[in-house]
Amino acid sequence: MTNISQPRQQAIHLKERIQAGVKRQAARRLAQRQTPIVPPDNVAGRAMVLVIAIMTFLSCLTLGAVTLVRDTAATWQTQIAREATIQIKPAEGLDMQKALTDARAVAAGYSGVDSAEIVDARATARLLEPWLGPGLDMDELPVPRLIIVGIDPVDRPDFAAMRAELAEKVPGAVLDDHRTWVDRLVAMARSTVSIGMSVLVLMLSATALTVIFATRGAMAGNGHVIEVLHFVGAEAPFIARQFRRHFMLAGCRGAAAGGMAAIIVFILFSWWSSHNIATPQGDQAAALFGNFSIGISGYVGVGLAVLLIGMLTATTSHVTVITFLRRIET
Amino acid sequence: MIRFENVGLRYGMGPEVLRDVSFHLPERSFQFLSGPSGTGKTTLLRLLFMSLKPTRGLINIFGKDRSRITREDLPLMRRRIGIVFQDFRLLDHLTTYENVALPLRVRGREETSYRGDVIELLKWVGLGDRMHVLPPVLSGGEKQRAAIARALVEQPSILLADEPTGNVDPQLARRLLRLLIELNRMGTAVVIATHDIGLMDQVDARRMVLSGGRLHIYD
Repeated sequence: MTNISQPRQQAIHLKERIQAGVKRQAARRLAQRQTPIVPPDNVAGRAMVLVIAIMTFLSCLTLGAVTLVRDTAATWQTQIAREATIQIKPAEGLDMQKALTDARAVAAGYSGVDSAEIVDARATARLLEPWLGPGLDMDELPVPRLIIVGIDPVDRPDFAAMRAELAEKVPGAVLDDHRTWVDRLVAMARSTVSIGMSVLVLMLSATALTVIFATRGAMAGNGHVIEVLHFVGAEAPFIARQFRRHFMLAGCRGAAAGGMAAIIVFILFSWWSSHNIATPQGDQAAALFGNFSIGISGYVGVGLAVLLIGMLTATTSHVTVITFLRRIET
Repeated sequence: MIRFENVGLRYGMGPEVLRDVSFHLPERSFQFLSGPSGTGKTTLLRLLFMSLKPTRGLINIFGKDRSRITREDLPLMRRRIGIVFQDFRLLDHLTTYENVALPLRVRGREETSYRGDVIELLKWVGLGDRMHVLPPVLSGGEKQRAAIARALVEQPSILLADEPTGNVDPQLARRLLRLLIELNRMGTAVVIATHDIGLMDQVDARRMVLSGGRLHIYD
């Protein structure tokens, strides 16, 4: 008897649980359908979202530009630091081929040297072609010859020792490690990145201040709501929570729109540069700015800016509510 | 229930708006607070509602000294006091039903737990067919009744009404007064701030008259 009724009891229990769950779900849905306590955006609220979108767009563009400049400067430095040149000037009684071979052997003997390539006569003639025209006979002119030395940028060779050994074994050979150029470029790149970072800091400060003032402006129209909630017995954390959530969502909405617009601009530039790779203007732009890609760090920065601006609007609305409530009480 | 002893109040460095005000509001009592405009009726109501602190004197509300009530305690204390503002202070983006249910909603109660009570209350104040209407569509009298319903939804111990008949015609004023008398019979103390002599003459109730910042009581 007991065995027969037990499954039935379990079924009844299960049915009751399902009904209770359905009721809870229905109650939750009904609660969700209630009008939000904070009124929908008015003119000031919409202006706030627009201002946040514009300022986020400009901030993200600045951030992307700084990322681009930083990456490009780093590439310039690395590319130049990857090479050194040995130049051998012709002199009377100098066997150029032997001098070139000796110099290459000296250079190749140092650790940190990845390769040492002699620029052959044909390649040298091609280099001079823009100035001296085609059909140049190298034997007629005392043209210096070059050896391109490939360098490991991390484990750089001892240039002073190499220079001394070259002077001893190959008279007339001059080693140029491009130090002067690299130093100048490093200084230029550092100052460019510093300027970019300063502009970014100014831009972010301006964005933060604009967000704060726009949020306060939008909050000003909600004074009566805070007052009514306060007088019907709502506790300060409840009121602050309502406004915080509303303004964080509004702030994130504006910031996301601005951030997305900035990302679209970068994607368009990247697409343009990739479609102009083999053209003179494309090569010129690529030489200056790389491939216009802001990379993962740029996209993460945009996402971070959106989150920060959302948090900033939430904090501003929270502080405004608490200040307003304190003013009512006194 | 509420006791004032030699209470004085001034705004900033200005003159005293209220001087040596002393009275006792017993439970289930009914009284008018009267006096010419600008004599401090609203200020006295704000003191009763604890949105102002006296500059001197003692106020005892529900057995607690006002000066010892902290900011955190105020919302809980206020739930025992219903207030009807002269300008109604309804939220225009919420329906009449949502406005009336607001005190319960802010307490975090589930909507299903109070829906029936709020609808019943709306029917009692004659707004049963206007519960899904937004306040800008309501007439002055309907707004006033919605504001009264909101003040009563938590079944307060005392109802404070600031010029509840100020914006309605005499017929509706009588109807609202009957509503408040009925409420008082059900156990809620009522304080009506008004300068409408005609309204006061309709009920034999205690009159508290403010004049020159001082309070005179006529039982």
